[in-house]
Amino acid sequence: MYNPQLDSDGSLRHLLTIEGLPKRVLNQILDTAETFVGVAERDIKKVPLLRGKTVCNIFFENSTRTRTTFEIAAKRLSADVINLNVGTSSQSKGETILDTVDNLIAMHADMFVVRHAQSGAAHFIAQHVPDNISVINAGDGRHAHPTQGLLDVFTVRRYKPDMHNLRVALIGDVLHSRVARSEIHALTTLGVPEVRVIAPKTLLPADVNKLGVQVFHDMKTGLKDVDVIMMLRLQNERMNGAMLPSAQEYFKTFGLTQEKLSYAKTDAIVMHPGPMNRGVEIDSSVADGSQSVILPQVTYGIAVRMAVMAILGGRNVGGNA
Amino acid sequence: MKIHIKNGHVIDPKNNINAKNDIYIAAGKIVAVGQQPDGFTANQTIDATDLIVSPGFVDLSARLREPGSEYKATLVSELHAAAAGGVTSLACTPDTQPVLDEPGLVEMLKHRAKQLNLAHVYPLGALTQKLEGKLLAEMCKLTEAGCVGFSQADAAITDTQVLWRAFEYASTFGYTLFLRAEDYYLAKDGVAHDGEVASRLGLKGIPAAAEALSIASILRIAIDTKTRIHLCRLSTAEGVALVRQAKKSGVPVTADVSINHIHLSDNDIGYFNAHANLKPPLRTNRDRDALCQGLKDGTINAICSDHTPVNNDAKLLPFAEAEAGAIGLELLMPLALKWASNSQLGLSDAIAKITSQPAAILGISGGHLSVNADADIAIFNPQQAWKVDANQLKSHGKNTPFLGLEIIGKIQYTLLHGQITYQA
Repeated sequence: MYNPQLDSDGSLRHLLTIEGLPKRVLNQILDTAETFVGVAERDIKKVPLLRGKTVCNIFFENSTRTRTTFEIAAKRLSADVINLNVGTSSQSKGETILDTVDNLIAMHADMFVVRHAQSGAAHFIAQHVPDNISVINAGDGRHAHPTQGLLDVFTVRRYKPDMHNLRVALIGDVLHSRVARSEIHALTTLGVPEVRVIAPKTLLPADVNKLGVQVFHDMKTGLKDVDVIMMLRLQNERMNGAMLPSAQEYFKTFGLTQEKLSYAKTDAIVMHPGPMNRGVEIDSSVADGSQSVILPQVTYGIAVRMAVMAILGGRNVGGNA
Repeated sequence: MKIHIKNGHVIDPKNNINAKNDIYIAAGKIVAVGQQPDGFTANQTIDATDLIVSPGFVDLSARLREPGSEYKATLVSELHAAAAGGVTSLACTPDTQPVLDEPGLVEMLKHRAKQLNLAHVYPLGALTQKLEGKLLAEMCKLTEAGCVGFSQADAAITDTQVLWRAFEYASTFGYTLFLRAEDYYLAKDGVAHDGEVASRLGLKGIPAAAEALSIASILRIAIDTKTRIHLCRLSTAEGVALVRQAKKSGVPVTADVSINHIHLSDNDIGYFNAHANLKPPLRTNRDRDALCQGLKDGTINAICSDHTPVNNDAKLLPFAEAEAGAIGLELLMPLALKWASNSQLGLSDAIAKITSQPAAILGISGGHLSVNADADIAIFNPQQAWKVDANQLKSHGKNTPFLGLEIIGKIQYTLLHGQITYQA
């Protein structure tokens, strides 16, 4: 079946979503990322892999953290980086997504890192770029955030190398979360046998079980014997309304406290894609506690993004290496 | 002008004709089917050997985009598309700009269409002023101006008090209401069927219950107010079941389905194909099969094109931002034939769903080949395959999920009032 993310020889063409990527490609990215973890610890934190290439961060939706990590990753690969915060302003002036993209193509960028509030925006842009440009999805609506999914499984692999013998639980707002979708696909592709989601029904998408997860609605049974806990961010606008009665009630039922953490395995690790709502989805004592690997996630995020860019930047375009 | 259509296979479901027959036309009317009338000398003979001769098709829903959205399409472009698709009568929705809630606008539309003489245009008037769902439109005056029924297009009437009054008022005069059943709140901001595909793609879903809830309210009010209801574009298995049950208990309700929903499902969204962004949304394979079955057992009376031209720019956007809709006038017959062939039915069953059945719903005189009827005729090759190609389509809109696919059934001639309006 046609896969817009792969070249005809099966190598990575764009990174748009984890869904549909073969295990071989995920492992290639993760193994490449291992080689970049050391780079940050050197005096000179640069490798020349993308020298002379231009990476363009096009953020139709504002984000400082994700954009910064992509920028650091690109710079450590010696690429030139352009940041474009299109936000909503350009669009309100009447410029379409394609106008923006066409302008950047005309400036001879080599790689687009794209974030957009609409699901499918990265696929849409990927369909309209010439062969020499690769698109990396840095988050599209509720759909996918593949580099986040990859850095999360990279982190899991570092702490729990035996992926075939793990129980992982995702907790919180799966419905609106592109991170959750990417995590689920990354975990199942890499062979994690049991992926759970724990949330109230208002925060779960329809037929979520068909994504290959087990569904739980309470923390005690959901966390039992779990090795990895992946917390999801709860957006402010979901806290009070028809989805949830209040942030306090959410914290009481689904917030990760030391007590609830004790339901999981004693050596379970706790992850969060950030930014955290302390006291809403996670208690500070857990976020800062000994089982938390939240800050290493950020560090690994740069190595994983470097790996994705290095692989796409080294792509064989038009027969020339 | 006298025309002799010879050697064709005539299929006229209303008159139960399904045989090789010649048709004779004079002064825009059919003067004989079978035997040549005495003294008839044709000015023109159309050789229909190996072709099907059927009543011109009747489409229950086509957006012509005039007035107000001429950048999307024009009356000229879309009525040429109708002729190219063998459609000789069509009902158009009131969601133009301005909305068809004033008799003057309806008269103007009728007048312009009549001048073009490419298809009979039957406007559906707005049920409420500006389609806002608050104040009733002037239904009697609109009927006088040429409206054949009333509709809210894709707008909802959320206030059930208004809905009730609108039904009562329409029922007073025996008007038919053409309603698309969808609960406003459950469907709000949704762009795809609420199920596995939407969950995977991260698209906001519209649950199947949105249709069922709305059908239940509409039918309940229709029973009390004795209003004739036509449900437009069913999309769910549950919707079909509700209509089947209502018909069994004698509720005067009819229903249609679009060419898209009997062949496609939410899987066809693929990688965010904006051409599959439709209203109502494409639902599951199970729903699609139930719609086909409902059509077969008569629960659903007619197939419509739900023709909605959208200009290219409005589709060149991420899925949820793209404007919903697909064109269909030129695809109506081939996709109706495909349904019949998939369902092990004959050509006559397909043709009934796009001629006599929709004509009865609209209460118009077309849709059959009786002697003295207007000579509105479609002549087509039921075996000819063709590729849906943007450059070949007459419609100004090129938006259809069938783009690039091969379909079977090609119009050779379309006649309106005995004049050839299209020739392949």
